[in-house]
Amino acid sequence: MNRTIKKTKMVPLPSHSIIPERDIAQKPILEVRRLGINFGGLAAVEDFNIDVGRTEICGIIGPNGAGKTTIFNLLTKIYQPTSGAILLDGHDTANMNTVQINQAGIARTFQNIRLFPSLSVEDNVKIGLHNQIGYNMLSGIFRLPAFFSGERRARKRAMELLDIFDMTHLASHRAGSLPYGAQRRLELIRALATNPKLLLLDEPAAGMNPSETEELMSNIEKIRDSFQIAIMLIEHDMRLVMGICEGIAVINYGKIIAKGTPEEIQNNPLVIEAYLGKKKGNHTC
Amino acid sequence: MKYLRLRSKIDNWLTYGLIIVAYIVMRLLIAGGNISSTLQGQLVPITAYIVMAISLNLTVGVLGELSLGHAGFMSVGAFSGVITATLLTDAIPMTWLRLALAMLVGGLFAGIFGFLIGIPVLRLQGDYLAIVTLAFGEIIKNVVGTIYLGYDANGIQVSIENNTLQLGEGGKVILNGPKGATGITKLSSFNAGFILILITLFIVLNLINSKSGRAIKAVRDDKIAAESVGISIWRYRMMAFVTSATLAGAAGALYALNYSAVDAGKFDFNKSILILVFVVLGGMGNIRGSIIAATVLTVLPEVLRAFDEVRMLVYAIILILVMLVRNNKTLRQLFQKIGIRRRNSLSNNKEGDET
Amino acid sequence: MTFLSHLISGISLGSIYAIIALGYTMVYGIAKMLNFAHGDVIMVGGYMSFIAMIYFGWPPLLSILFAMVVCTVLGILIEQLAYKPLRAAPSLAVLITAIGVSYFLQNAAQLIFSANHKSYSSVVPFGSLRLFNDRLIISGTTIVTIIVCIVIILALNTIVNKTKIGKAMRAVSEDKDAAQLMGININKTISITFAIGSALAAVAGVLLCSAYPILMPTTGAMPGIKAFTAAVFGGIGSIPGAFLGGILLGIIEILGKAYISTQLSDAIVFAVLIIILLVKPTGLLGKKVLVKV
Repeated sequence: MNRTIKKTKMVPLPSHSIIPERDIAQKPILEVRRLGINFGGLAAVEDFNIDVGRTEICGIIGPNGAGKTTIFNLLTKIYQPTSGAILLDGHDTANMNTVQINQAGIARTFQNIRLFPSLSVEDNVKIGLHNQIGYNMLSGIFRLPAFFSGERRARKRAMELLDIFDMTHLASHRAGSLPYGAQRRLELIRALATNPKLLLLDEPAAGMNPSETEELMSNIEKIRDSFQIAIMLIEHDMRLVMGICEGIAVINYGKIIAKGTPEEIQNNPLVIEAYLGKKKGNHTC
Repeated sequence: MKYLRLRSKIDNWLTYGLIIVAYIVMRLLIAGGNISSTLQGQLVPITAYIVMAISLNLTVGVLGELSLGHAGFMSVGAFSGVITATLLTDAIPMTWLRLALAMLVGGLFAGIFGFLIGIPVLRLQGDYLAIVTLAFGEIIKNVVGTIYLGYDANGIQVSIENNTLQLGEGGKVILNGPKGATGITKLSSFNAGFILILITLFIVLNLINSKSGRAIKAVRDDKIAAESVGISIWRYRMMAFVTSATLAGAAGALYALNYSAVDAGKFDFNKSILILVFVVLGGMGNIRGSIIAATVLTVLPEVLRAFDEVRMLVYAIILILVMLVRNNKTLRQLFQKIGIRRRNSLSNNKEGDET
Repeated sequence: MTFLSHLISGISLGSIYAIIALGYTMVYGIAKMLNFAHGDVIMVGGYMSFIAMIYFGWPPLLSILFAMVVCTVLGILIEQLAYKPLRAAPSLAVLITAIGVSYFLQNAAQLIFSANHKSYSSVVPFGSLRLFNDRLIISGTTIVTIIVCIVIILALNTIVNKTKIGKAMRAVSEDKDAAQLMGININKTISITFAIGSALAAVAGVLLCSAYPILMPTTGAMPGIKAFTAAVFGGIGSIPGAFLGGILLGIIEILGKAYISTQLSDAIVFAVLIIILLVKPTGLLGKKVLVKV
């Protein structure tokens, strides 16, 4: 089902955010209102608002320490917000924990890769499939038929997912022994395996060379197209951000200083100020 | 890839095979009278220790949390098992059935304790978790040592003060405070121990190699990542902890019903450490290793009298050396050069293979 | 009056816990490890002072000094041989090693000194203080223990807050990598921490054996674990916390023994540990640390 999603123009919402025109018929997948968190009196994120369309690829950029990863940690409830609301698919997530957030449809990767290093690549993906494998502890211990059919299906699905990044031949390797780039890709696959509606990628291109980044860009678009999901990514590689993101939010000191299309962002004087001298360059971190 | 999956299967069958062969060999030796009476007396404790080691390995090796109170669960199982067996003396004449029920009840009670203790304990991790399991082990030991329990025609009586049980005609004291359980009818046998090991292996190996086991290992590797892909860490830590406690309880019942008297002091911190030594020496996460280590380290002092004196000192050195060699690059390479080939030379502390 | 007497024995026992707890709290704060063998260093201190006094016939003060020197060397040795190679290892491995060291010391002591207990005579030469027509008797050992504890706490607090090595300790405890980049010798700082902790353990050993004159290879194990409880109680990493936690725990133990149950006094202390870790894991005076993702 490799439908390609056509780029449409970005339209403004009453919330001052923008989403692609093709998603406008449906409620945004993510609506964040006045989100904030204090660490010992210091506001790490403050008054953060954003809407993300159902099939949008959305970028968050900003200088180091601006609070980008904190936003991901708030969205996934690794940190508890001190103010504001997060609506996922129209539902308030205030009372959800990290596990429930994932089950409700947000999956993520981490800036410093967090795989299960002692497990095999295949098992890492199967952990992502965990909640879709339909057998319980007792069927597992007593090896009931549900165990065999569940494991067979999980294996098949894991291989399909690994195939997206041509990683099936690595399935039996220990995840911790993979090279850096492969680990990043595996983490993305594991997140995807949880069947999310919104995928959060924290610096997916970090440590990749230009050709790997190029491949990643097309893969991110491919994933969005075939899974029909929204993707929100934090990235310093401006070529990637400007290349695939439809809407971009710029953060500085925990606040949104601008949001708009790549063109608007590139010409915004506030952004240029925050990124002094880096407006056109292919700045990679 | 297929090869690897096959290897894990073969590994499991090897573990079962090892136990079955060892059992047959022992039976032949006993039949031929080629075995000393002291060693014969050690057979049931060895089987109990093997079950203890396998179950502790589930917590330490697979879940990755150090439990220093494993003997506490053994204690709970031992005394609830003894009480069950004594109460059923008249009702069930078949000793094997009484033993089986005692182990079942022992496991059940230890499992319930595991769950109740797990609620506070599993909110912690690392050093704090370890020290709290130690605390619970000591609390169990202290509390069991204050209980007086007996029964007569009117039912069961419990007290925490000496000489306050008012038992009628034909009444019997089962738990006698600090003296523990006395006058136990010995029910345990090598055969029963062998069967309990097989059941333990079946449960633990199948659990490890299923979806739940995968989740437990994921939680060990990275808790935040596990939560972020929808794995409830509480649930899987509890699953491993309770399973581990339950099996320890069954082993405790088997162990206690092998003696005519058992007191709470038998299940102290030293016993927890002894089991930990089996697990560490056998390799954390390596089930077969636990079995071999438990056997060798229990038999060795019997065979080698001289070893008995320095045995605890040797255990201490084993703990230190195994940890140093496993976790320090320079030392590991040194050992490899000498010719001790470690199976997982690539891996760091965490074991890839659970056999 | 009985209550007051119990209270004073509680404070005295608590002073010993406080001195031991300092060793735990400093090592935990700086090396981020639970030095399980710390309690057994106390035992070694007890034996060393015992040998010096009984076999060598040395005066008490010299014997204490001897015990302190031996324990300091032992502490540094343990750190260098067993813990230093595991600086980068997971905490599980370090804890198991520490348990191994603890077992090693206990069993080595058993081989050398046998499992039979030795009766230790108090190092304090003067008699008891009698108050209220002998209704309240405070032994000389009790008074000395409390005074020594206060002196040690004040001295250590000065070292940590006012001296250069104290500054290095605080820096290492805050951020090892950053401290190293600032030119602080991490290994040296950790060694010094172990040395101070072990010397204090020797003092605690002498005081413990003076108050409870039974010396055997397992003498240090239980007080060690209880002192760790005290350190957690007060807030691990905090020197005033170790003092506060130690005193409170000593009082709880003695009062529990007197008014609840002798058999369950250990259980009560451990229950305190469990409750603290669940309700306020940072302890009374500890500070919260945020896990970085």
